[in-house]
Amino acid sequence: MNAAKCVIALVAFLLTCVPAFAADAIKIGAILSVTGPASFLGEPEKNTLIMLQDQLNAAGGVNGQQVEVIVYDDESDVNKCVMAAKKLLDQDQVAVVIGPSISGNTLAISKFFSSAEVPLVSCAAAEKIVRPVDPWVFNTPQLDRHAVTRILQDAKAKGYSRLAILTVSDGYGQAGRGVLKELIPAQGFELAADEVYGPKDTDMTAQLTKIKGAGADAIICWGTNPGPAVVARNRVQLGLTVPLYMSHGVASNKFIELAGDAAEGLILPAGRLVAVEQVPADHPQKAVLEAYVEGYTKTYGTQISSFGGYAHDAFALVMEAIAKGGSAKSADIRDNLEKISGFAGTSGVYTYSPENHNGLDESAFIMVTIENGAWKALN
Amino acid sequence: MDPSSLLQYLITGLTLGSTYGLTALGFTIIFNTTGVINFAQGEFVMLGGMMSVYFMHSRGFSEPAAVVLAVLGATMAGALVERLAIRPVRDCPTINLIIITIGVSIFIRGLAMLLWGKDTHVLEPFSGNQPIMFLGAAIMPQAIWVLVISLFLLGALKMFFSGTIHGKAMLACSFDSKAASLVGIGVQRMVLLSFMISALVGAVGGVILAPITMTSYDVGIMLGLKGFAACILGGLGNPFGAAAGGVILGVLESFGAGFVSSAYKDALAFVILLILLFVKPSGLFGLKDSKRV
Repeated sequence: MNAAKCVIALVAFLLTCVPAFAADAIKIGAILSVTGPASFLGEPEKNTLIMLQDQLNAAGGVNGQQVEVIVYDDESDVNKCVMAAKKLLDQDQVAVVIGPSISGNTLAISKFFSSAEVPLVSCAAAEKIVRPVDPWVFNTPQLDRHAVTRILQDAKAKGYSRLAILTVSDGYGQAGRGVLKELIPAQGFELAADEVYGPKDTDMTAQLTKIKGAGADAIICWGTNPGPAVVARNRVQLGLTVPLYMSHGVASNKFIELAGDAAEGLILPAGRLVAVEQVPADHPQKAVLEAYVEGYTKTYGTQISSFGGYAHDAFALVMEAIAKGGSAKSADIRDNLEKISGFAGTSGVYTYSPENHNGLDESAFIMVTIENGAWKALN
Repeated sequence: MDPSSLLQYLITGLTLGSTYGLTALGFTIIFNTTGVINFAQGEFVMLGGMMSVYFMHSRGFSEPAAVVLAVLGATMAGALVERLAIRPVRDCPTINLIIITIGVSIFIRGLAMLLWGKDTHVLEPFSGNQPIMFLGAAIMPQAIWVLVISLFLLGALKMFFSGTIHGKAMLACSFDSKAASLVGIGVQRMVLLSFMISALVGAVGGVILAPITMTSYDVGIMLGLKGFAACILGGLGNPFGAAAGGVILGVLESFGAGFVSSAYKDALAFVILLILLFVKPSGLFGLKDSKRV
């Protein structure tokens, strides 16, 4: 036998070995926006999943089985997301899929999961993902409705009656705008102004001037970085003293860095992840929050973002469902996800049911403010 | 509508408009020498802002030094683009060169993303953050910097093109490069020079804007588009027209947001642009006959 034949034989041997070896691991798919405009979501989510996979496998896996996470980057693009979903379902034959990072992409692919009968645990927040309930689709982030409820509770306590809203014209902002326009009149407030800005806009003084003219008691801004930082800066630059609420979409240290001094005193609802050390020691989320923050900062040497927490919770919930049912079959994972109750994650305490595939309520949010460049929990 | 709001919209519009105008100026310079529309112009603006942030925050330079280094760096980038991407294919039709500049813009954007990450960054304003109140409207000190530097650049370019031999040689190249080379003008050198000057103008724009608009690897896309629109509005090939087009676009956007609806402000500005082009296809300040032979 000559050398070339040896090599071919070796390769052939290895090829037959690999599938047999890989069959032992539970395959979990993930579609995340690691690059593109939504990379601020997808990148920490990917890092989180890889870290959790390594931690779990090092600790012996789940039910004695190793876990293999297959991550595809959809580049924040809906077409690439659809292709990745098909690849995971047809080619990789995964048991369950985590992601996508953004709502539009989740809605675009959710129907494939119902027909393939594979559960999808999305890291995107839109209410449409889980209402009405699709038996195969779950999500982990807090809903916009919970955030708006918390803001309006705060506004009511402070005696505001006329509220202005300033929302970004992308999916996140318009979903928030819909909920705001529904809940503001329903809770007895008056909508003083309804302004919009573009995701790439760099100046919102025109909108703020208009809001100033409308005489609002408080402004609610709904967007993700960097837009809200511009709003905060423009508000100070125009000399406005009207209180400004932000959404949970800016609950990261990047926002404080971008807005600088203009961030001082702003109020927003946020998951407990932004102020871990201020969470009381007896709170059910305390241990999981600390473990996540410590693991992430140690592994990647960068600060955590609350967006990575959505992937953390998706992974933890799937593992809980697999451990609970003792099975990694798609249908069993789905059934056992619905049985999860009182499970502490980074974003809140999850209780899924056949009618509720989000699992959280407004208690998942705390109101925080920014004081001396740091997050401070409000009581 | 009270007068102070009106004034605020105008100031906002002028500041925004200068940013568009500065980008538009860069388009004009290269177009005037080569007839090529350089779609990487927005990337030069981004490089100015991002390099300032890099030199200042990661390399510890003082702000003035960082700004100078950034502008020089971007000018070098302009020269490199001409050398590596345009010169090797200089005999291709203009349309091919334009498509190459689109490729160059994607490449620069990707490189900036890999080098400096995907985050948005802020640059400190040159002279404080305290707004100046004027008849009830707030003016940021940085906005005054933007307006003054834009006007200065515009004047300098005007003098360069109509008053110096190099400027005239560059204009000659765009009219007829063959004839220009026959009378002894180094056409390739002029093309190189035009890329360097337009990168310099773009980078200066990027630097003075960064404190107001913040900067990230992808700010060039939108600025490039708006700058291009401003160019068309003012009339391609006329630096004064480009700057004026930018200011008009900015003011339209600002008043559109204030009076009509902020949701339609981009649409409103572009609808007016379209109407204008139907009525006067050569742009506001363009030559009647766009064929300059």
